Amino acid sequence: MFSRDTWKEIFETIRKNKLRTFLTGFTVALGIFIYVVLFGMGNGLKNTFAKFFNDDAQNVFFVFPGRTTVPFKGYKANRRIEFENDDLVDIAENFPMFLEYITPRISRGASVTYKEESDNYTTRAVAPAHLFAEKTIIMKGRYLNETDIIQKTKYAVIGRLVEQDLFKGEESIGKFIDVSGSVFKVIGVFQDDGGDNEERNIYIPYTTRQLIEKNNDKIDQIILAFKPEIGYAGAMAFEGKLDKFIRNKKIISPSDPNGIFIRNVADQFKQNQQFAGVLQTIISIIAFAVIISGMIGIGNIMVFMVKERTKEIGIRKALGATPRRVTNGVIFEAIFITTISGFVGLLIGIFVLRSIGGKTLEDDYFITNPEINITNAIFVTILLIVFGAAAGYLPARRAAKIKPIVALRDE
Amino acid sequence: MIEIKDLHKSYKMGSNSLHVLKGINFSVEDGELVAIMGSSGSGKSTLLNILGMLDEADEGEYTLDNVPIKNLSETKAAQYRNKFLGFVFQSFNLINYKSAMENVALPLYYQRVARKERTEKALQYLERVGLREWATHLPSELSGGQKQRVAIARAMAAEPKVLLADEPTGALDSTTSYEVMDLIQKINDEGNTILVVTHEEDIAHMCKRIVHLKDGVIVEDKKVKQVRAAEYVQ
Repeated sequence: MFSRDTWKEIFETIRKNKLRTFLTGFTVALGIFIYVVLFGMGNGLKNTFAKFFNDDAQNVFFVFPGRTTVPFKGYKANRRIEFENDDLVDIAENFPMFLEYITPRISRGASVTYKEESDNYTTRAVAPAHLFAEKTIIMKGRYLNETDIIQKTKYAVIGRLVEQDLFKGEESIGKFIDVSGSVFKVIGVFQDDGGDNEERNIYIPYTTRQLIEKNNDKIDQIILAFKPEIGYAGAMAFEGKLDKFIRNKKIISPSDPNGIFIRNVADQFKQNQQFAGVLQTIISIIAFAVIISGMIGIGNIMVFMVKERTKEIGIRKALGATPRRVTNGVIFEAIFITTISGFVGLLIGIFVLRSIGGKTLEDDYFITNPEINITNAIFVTILLIVFGAAAGYLPARRAAKIKPIVALRDE
Repeated sequence: MIEIKDLHKSYKMGSNSLHVLKGINFSVEDGELVAIMGSSGSGKSTLLNILGMLDEADEGEYTLDNVPIKNLSETKAAQYRNKFLGFVFQSFNLINYKSAMENVALPLYYQRVARKERTEKALQYLERVGLREWATHLPSELSGGQKQRVAIARAMAAEPKVLLADEPTGALDSTTSYEVMDLIQKINDEGNTILVVTHEEDIAHMCKRIVHLKDGVIVEDKKVKQVRAAEYVQ
C-alpha cells in the first residue's frame, strides 16, 4: 500500500496538476498561517496585560489620602486627609495576620546635579520594604536599610538611567549629587522592568525627606503588601477591614467616596487577566473558525477534484484499478498536500510572528512578544491534516464507487 | 473463450424500464475477430460493457476463459478486467496529463509490475504500434489516429485474453480508420481474440465474423471473408 510506486504515482499526479495542488495547498497553508498569527496576537495582548502589572508586586495595596466630600461627626466636608508616620505603626500593629510589609512613599520632583550635568528627576522617599513593592532590582551598591531610616542619612539609590545621564559612564557609587540643594551620597544603582520612567527615579529615606521638609511627619501615600498565603479572598477581606480602620481613625464617613482611596493591585490584576483571557478566548474561537473553514475548503476542493477526475478514475478502473487503490490514491494525495502546505503555513506564521514583534507593535497595538506554543501549533496542523484526510475520504469513496461505464460516458 | 447464455439487461428510466438486451446467446472462440453491428439503440454497446465487466447483466450466464463472471465485487471485477481484458474506446480515453509511454504503462502499474519493467514493456508496445518516438509526448500532442494507436498499445500491454473495442474508428477519418483496423487485424493475426463494436459496414467486413444486433436480440451471426485493411493503406 505504501510502496514506492504508489508514492511515485501520487507525486506524478501532484506534479502534473499544479493548479489543483496549489489551490488545496494554499487553502491549508493560509488556514494554518492565519491561525498561528491570530493566536500569537492573542498571546501578545495577554502578555501586554501581564506586563502592565509585572512592574509592581501583585500582593500590594496603594493607599492614597483624599479630600472628604461628606460632613461627618462634626467635621465639615472638603477636609484634607493626611497620613503621618504613626499611621504606619498603627496599621502594622492592627493587622499582623495579613500584613507582610508596609512602606510610605513621598514623591517630589527635584533638580539633580552632578558636576556639570543636571536634570530633573523624581525622588521617592521610602522605607526599605519599598524594594519589594516596586520589584526594584539592585545592580550595584545597596538599597536603603533600617539604619538609614533611623539616622536620617543623606543616601540615595539612583536609577540606571539617572546614572547614565549624570555620570556618563563614570562610577557613581560613593559620589555626591545635589538634589534640590541638599547633598546626597549615591549608595546604589537599580534597574526596574517597569520601563524607562521607573529607571529615572531616585530613592531616599523617607525620614530624611521629612527632615528636609521642616522635620514634619507627613506621608503622601502608604504602600502595603499582604501575605500571599491569605489568597485572593483574604486580600479582599483585608482591603475591607483596612478601609474601615483608616476611615475610623481619620474620622471619614463610611459613605464618602473621596476620603481615601485603596488601589488593590491583586484585584485589578485579576480583572485584567480575566479580560485578557476573554479576549484570548474570542481570538481562539475566530482562529478555530478559520481552521474549520480550512477543513471545509479542503473538502470542497476534494469534491471538485474527484468530479474533475471522474473520467480519469473511470479509465483507471477500466484498466484494473481496484476501488481501494483509487481511494488510497485520492486520500494519500490529500494527506501529502495538506501535510506539506500545513507545515509551510506553520513556518511562515511563526516567522511572521517573530518578525512583527517589536517596539511599535508593543506601544501602538498593545501586543508584546506575539508567540504561539509550538505544541499547540503542531497539534492544530495535525488536526487539519487529519480532517483534511477525512474530508478527502468521502469524495474518495465516491470516486471509488464510480462505475467506469458511467465515468467513461461522461464526455 | 467467451460463453454467453440467455443474457438480459434493462435500464430503469424513471418509472419505465427499458429492456435493452432480450436474451443473447453467443460464444466466441480463441483467436476470433468479431464485429458486433447494429444501429444505435440496438444494445451493442451494452453487450460490450457487460462483456467488459463495466456493467452487470440482470439475468443470464457469462463465462470468460472458463471463469464464471457473476456477482463480482468491485475489487474482483477490477482484477479480472486487468487480467483478462483490454479496452479500446471511441474517444480514446487516454489520461491527458500522462505521456504516451505512461499511459501504456498504466495497466501494468495496476498489475504491480516493477517500474523499470513497465517502462520497457510500454516502449515495446509503442514500438509495435509504430509510435516509439512519440513515447514522451502528451495525448494533446498526438493526432486522433496516433491516440487510438496508443490506446491499443495500452490495451495490449497487459496481455489480455480478449481485446474489446467500442467504435474504435468512430472518431477517425476513413484513412486513419483503415490504419487502425490494419493494426487490429495484425494483432488478431498473432492469435489475440478481439471484439469490435461498430456501425460501419466496411469496418465490420474487415473482421472475420459479423454479429448483427437489432432491438436487443441477435438477428444474424455469420462468418465473412475478411477484407484486409492493408489494401487501403498506402
